[in-house]
Amino acid sequence: MTARFVVGKVLGALGTLVFVVVFNFFLFRVVESNPVATLYRGRNLTDTQREELTRQFGLEGSKLEQFWHYLEQTAQLNFGRSYATNQPVIDEIWAAAPQTIALVGTATVLSMVIGILMGISAGWRRGTNQDRVLTSTSIVTWSTPEFWLGMILLTFFAVRLGLFPTGGISDPSASASGLGHLLDQIHHMVLPCLTLTIAYLGEYALIMRSSVIDVSREDYLTLARAKGLRDSQVRDRHAVRNALLPSTALIAISFGFVLSGAITVETVFSWPGLGLLTYESLRGPDLPMLQGLFLLFSLAVIVFNLAADLLYPYLDPRVRHQ
Amino acid sequence: MSTIAWSRRRRALGRSWADYRRDREGVIGLVILALFVGMAVFASLIADPEDLKAITADAEDYPRWAPPSEFAPLGTDSLGRPVWDQLVYGAQVSLLVGIAATLIAIVIGTVVGVAAGFFGGWIDAVLSRLTEWFLVIPFLPLAIVLAAVLGPSLKNIIFVIGITSWPVTARLIRAQVLTIKQRLYVERSRALGASSRHVMSRHVLPNVMPLVIANATLTVPVAILSETALAFLGLGDPTRVSWGSMLEDSFSAGALGREAWWWYLPPGLCVIGVVLAFTLIGRALEGVLDPRLRDTRAVGR
Repeated sequence: MTARFVVGKVLGALGTLVFVVVFNFFLFRVVESNPVATLYRGRNLTDTQREELTRQFGLEGSKLEQFWHYLEQTAQLNFGRSYATNQPVIDEIWAAAPQTIALVGTATVLSMVIGILMGISAGWRRGTNQDRVLTSTSIVTWSTPEFWLGMILLTFFAVRLGLFPTGGISDPSASASGLGHLLDQIHHMVLPCLTLTIAYLGEYALIMRSSVIDVSREDYLTLARAKGLRDSQVRDRHAVRNALLPSTALIAISFGFVLSGAITVETVFSWPGLGLLTYESLRGPDLPMLQGLFLLFSLAVIVFNLAADLLYPYLDPRVRHQ
Repeated sequence: MSTIAWSRRRRALGRSWADYRRDREGVIGLVILALFVGMAVFASLIADPEDLKAITADAEDYPRWAPPSEFAPLGTDSLGRPVWDQLVYGAQVSLLVGIAATLIAIVIGTVVGVAAGFFGGWIDAVLSRLTEWFLVIPFLPLAIVLAAVLGPSLKNIIFVIGITSWPVTARLIRAQVLTIKQRLYVERSRALGASSRHVMSRHVLPNVMPLVIANATLTVPVAILSETALAFLGLGDPTRVSWGSMLEDSFSAGALGREAWWWYLPPGLCVIGVVLAFTLIGRALEGVLDPRLRDTRAVGR
């Protein structure tokens, strides 16, 4: 991999980042001209208070001055204060992020493993009943609104059977610490995690299935069979390894969506992560919070896209030598 | 246009239909879709719009939180409105938003893709960069932010979903235009002195159209799922019932705790039905238009 390639990709990602930052500014400033008035509608503000609040939200001066101020603040990860809680946006985001990473990260890994295994067995036995069942399952799960699936699972397993809590991250009445506390949190995570896993696995299965089918026409598989390898050996050692390549890029990219992936499902299960924070910010609407969340979500995608771009030629020499 | 060209086209269309009919899943998709379109078109015959209003739903006629009975076949919601009527009128909103948003996305995507692929040079560089940028912005957060800033209305929801869904189409169309430009008959046409306009209207556009149509069919389900999610987050049109808003209403009214499944089970099943129908049709169309895809196609989100 040449240095030129790496530098090109990194510059491309930086360009995208600049675009998102500028876009974010215009999205919020141009449409909403006076947040102070909107926020404190119906309240009597003295002129001093109004000036103070305008300054606090970075809204004084011309649009150009505001833009410069915004760039400075954004570079320091200072997104202002939440309209709703008056706490710094960044603090609230850091407080909510670990819960989302735990929930969506686990679901992404699980759905990936299950989806890829489903895709391999469907693609390798293409056209059989097994393929038909696996492929239709994948398409149906892909077509399901994930939060609706969450509502159904919640009704059945939490309300009807009482096997799991109906929401939140821990039982407030239980004062257990250490291991007990952790187990309680895991108990709360099972249903949302199951929901997301089912919702995501279809896409991985379909992509893995088509790359297995693509690979199965290659000459090196015929050669492997001619060498007298068993079917499972041809599949695991030769087909799957090559078929995993395109999926790897997809996997890297899908990690970028971990932070923003569960807005609706976190809402259904009142899981206190970035998704629930987004939902609550919509009520206000709490614009600084939405703005910070939007920047963070985009940043995650940009970083993991870059990782995928850089990883791919490393994994696939054919791309490297092009 | 000469008669020969037209009859040739008619015959090609007939052959495609024969191919399509052989795809059992595609036919199932068409049948499901026909049911939902019928539901939306004949809504006023099979449901009563007056039943959508909480005020006219008389407490004696329609009890609140009533499970399915011969009286309200799908039960009633927390305000005594029958679920069936909401479901029928919800079909109108979901299909309208899905199709209208897809039209916006497809027009933008096709114009950007064709322009980038056909003209090349700096136009391509600029448009491809723009496409890449929009591809990277996470779709749902962007749609949420736009909808929150613009305010909730049917027009805004369509606009928001349309404006955020075009990059995939643009990238696909650009690649297709690039391969068409390489074809011998295009080179021949150019060598014979054809203008850009002639090449565009006679060779490029007719050749990308099938791909545009297949891609549009696969964009509709994504748009419908997006409408459902946005409506669930409270960003839908508050004056209209959609399947997403039914899910939101039931969720915020505490239907889950009361196990009022008749309220939120049907709208979800309807979303799955319509999304599945468009997905099956889109996959079948792809198979007809490009037989090489028939076995390897995958759904993209």
